[in-house]
Amino acid sequence: MIWSGLLIYWANDVYKIGFGSKTLLKFFPNSFYNALHIPFHLAEGMSYHFVFMWLFFINGFLYVLYTVFSGEWRYLLPKKNSFKEAWQVLLHDLHIRKIAPPQEKYNAAQRIAYSAIIVMGIGSILTGLAIYKPVQLGWLCAIFGGYKMARIIHFALTIGYVLFFVIHILQVIRAGWNNFRAIITGFEVANTKEDATAEEPIKK
Amino acid sequence: MANFLKNIFTKNGKLSTDELIVKKTIISFFFFIVLMGAGFWGWKWLRHQPETANGTRQPLRNVLDMNESLFRKILSNRHLSKEYSEADAVKKVRVNGDVGLKSKFDTSSWRLYVIRKNGDTLTLKLDDIKKLPKTDIVFDFKCIEGWDQVTHWAGVKFSDFVKAYGLTGETQMKYVGMSTPDKQYYVGIDMPSILHPQTILCYEMNGQPLPLNQGYPLRLIIPVKYGIKHLKRIGTIYFSNNRPPDYWFERGYDYYSGL
Repeated sequence: MIWSGLLIYWANDVYKIGFGSKTLLKFFPNSFYNALHIPFHLAEGMSYHFVFMWLFFINGFLYVLYTVFSGEWRYLLPKKNSFKEAWQVLLHDLHIRKIAPPQEKYNAAQRIAYSAIIVMGIGSILTGLAIYKPVQLGWLCAIFGGYKMARIIHFALTIGYVLFFVIHILQVIRAGWNNFRAIITGFEVANTKEDATAEEPIKK
Repeated sequence: MANFLKNIFTKNGKLSTDELIVKKTIISFFFFIVLMGAGFWGWKWLRHQPETANGTRQPLRNVLDMNESLFRKILSNRHLSKEYSEADAVKKVRVNGDVGLKSKFDTSSWRLYVIRKNGDTLTLKLDDIKKLPKTDIVFDFKCIEGWDQVTHWAGVKFSDFVKAYGLTGETQMKYVGMSTPDKQYYVGIDMPSILHPQTILCYEMNGQPLPLNQGYPLRLIIPVKYGIKHLKRIGTIYFSNNRPPDYWFERGYDYYSGL
């Protein structure tokens, strides 16, 4: 989906980060396009984009339905203290803070990240529709501040997914095999002391 | 290894915790790898579909056509492209593409040919079009490449044009085809879109006659479509129940290209 988006974006690659006439970061340098064989594939990019949008939409829709009906949303939505705890998780993961906040199924940072990604997904669908049918869905386009702004949001969200993906993969590698197995199998193996009595809380 | 396989077919209750962990892990990873493989295979399959004459792999084209029939349901004459004031229109209008404009062109001998259902041809001069009620429109012109520009155009509404020249019978058909005098550029447009109240046969830009590179003497302005459908220098207009040939469709773009 991002690949086909790049094929489209290339045709009018105007976005950059900078101030005044100074450009800090241009999306994207020519070497990047050439390495990925991006140039002159606008039509191809659009056709893939408007086919795979269905796959991503249906997949996301089913995932949200599942979390709602299975009750898994309870582990995924941020709680009152999640924002404070997420900061502590960040400090811990950067090895600035020694003690991690209590870990449930997902920690506070994960709760925020996994909820934010759903909001981002909805944002991509809505800005995408606004760009796709800016006349028939003119009201939607207006909500996002017009055609140009909707395009910028749609693009920025995609950069967000890339960052999410990179951090997510790094964290999975860092967390190791047991965690990865849990992602695939849905259960986690916890070692308990053989001699622990039933009354005592089990500690790792 | 043999033990693992045997355990897969053993009831959970009969296994030790360690055996159960191994069993569940193997089963889960089996499905994980199968699904990854299926995704990979599906992608390979799609990439190996031959490209058709219209520049796209057939499964992709099928979905694009499905999208068209879905989104045509929301197309309405009441959904108008947002209009701006004349002051918002840019003075320097972008020129993008000159296909169909490169041949030698004698402006004085230009005529608009409208081919009627019965095969008769209606031949019109620019003045025959200019004498009809004039409609101005200032809207955000959108190119399929991704840029957009607020521009000011004027001409006769296509719906007024068909009424004035008794073409309402022709508009019972499904499509309108248009081409440049040299036939190098051509578009096909679905009837509901061409009859949309903002669609005009345009002869003015920013209050002046169209420049040659913007399609003098007559071009199409159709705000419910991307720029690729706004054919410059119309030579022939005809009607059809089948999709008329379309220049960019043949190069892999969506036929409908509706906004």
